[in-house]
Amino acid sequence: MATVTAQTVPDPTFHLVEADDHAHGSGGGTLLGFWIYLMSDALLFAAVFASFGVLSTSYAGGPTPREIFELPLVALNTAILLVSSITFGFAMLAMEPGKVRTTQAWLLVTALLGMAFVGVELYEFGSLIADGATPQRSGFLSGFFTLVGMHGLHVTAGIAWIFVMLAQIGQRGLIVPNKRRLMCLGMFWHFLDVVWIGVFTFVYLLGMLR
Amino acid sequence: MSIASEANLDAELHAHGDTHGHGSMRSYLFGFALSVILTAVPFWLVMAQPIANPGVTAAFIIVFASLQILVHTVCFLHLNSQSEGGWTLMAYIFTAILLLITIAGSLWIMYHLNSNMMPGMPTGQVANTP
Repeated sequence: MATVTAQTVPDPTFHLVEADDHAHGSGGGTLLGFWIYLMSDALLFAAVFASFGVLSTSYAGGPTPREIFELPLVALNTAILLVSSITFGFAMLAMEPGKVRTTQAWLLVTALLGMAFVGVELYEFGSLIADGATPQRSGFLSGFFTLVGMHGLHVTAGIAWIFVMLAQIGQRGLIVPNKRRLMCLGMFWHFLDVVWIGVFTFVYLLGMLR
Repeated sequence: MSIASEANLDAELHAHGDTHGHGSMRSYLFGFALSVILTAVPFWLVMAQPIANPGVTAAFIIVFASLQILVHTVCFLHLNSQSEGGWTLMAYIFTAILLLITIAGSLWIMYHLNSNMMPGMPTGQVANTP
């Protein structure tokens, strides 16, 4: 009797009904869980952005952003990452009807673009360090290397994940678990592009205006 | 995982609209075109300096960045009020609030900490402390 009442009378707590509804779909649970991870990763980036913001004018007599940043290089990197976002989108579109070869090709293009991005970033770091703009030179540079380096590490992890997925698709095809993993990887990749918008705006562009 | 449970999962994924309706070629290309514009304009504003006042330029750049983040969220991350029963949108808004508090709060506090340093200490010296 009690259960019948619970079913007929609308539950006043809306969120519990929703949570109950989604307990059945494990796929939906994974994607929501991964979304929550991305949000917590965003908070991690927020903390590093905040520390960079606080330290951004602590030059300690060392180089200022205007002296060391090369905007054409940053523009190139931004373009690479933006194009890699759309190529991942093409991979997702090929994944839906189950086109294995096309999906793999677009994933490979995305990984190569990601590697180009990391390569340009490492070149930038190398030339900065060669000029004496090392992380230990000033608070500004510590914050800069931490923030940009952390984003670069994320992209590197994303590239490794793409290659893992290429191997998994190669072995087992576009089965449902692989589709689910690709959707998570896609969210991760697009999320990194969103973080990069913050990096090029707050670190590079606003740095050049300071 | 057995074939039966995979098939069941497939049905679940489809029922939730998670393998389908996750963006179309049009939404990706539309988002990409908008992103190119929203990226190119701020870079041009800083590199060519068409606006003399750096403060106004900075304001424009921040507006463009906020718009581009929205475009990416909608066109690439496919966030809407329906997905996952609205929970992704809820988490997103909550994260945005926490992000704002963390960044703006830190900058505000540290700015005042620098301003309230001992009198006689040159502000330049405070700002230059590593």
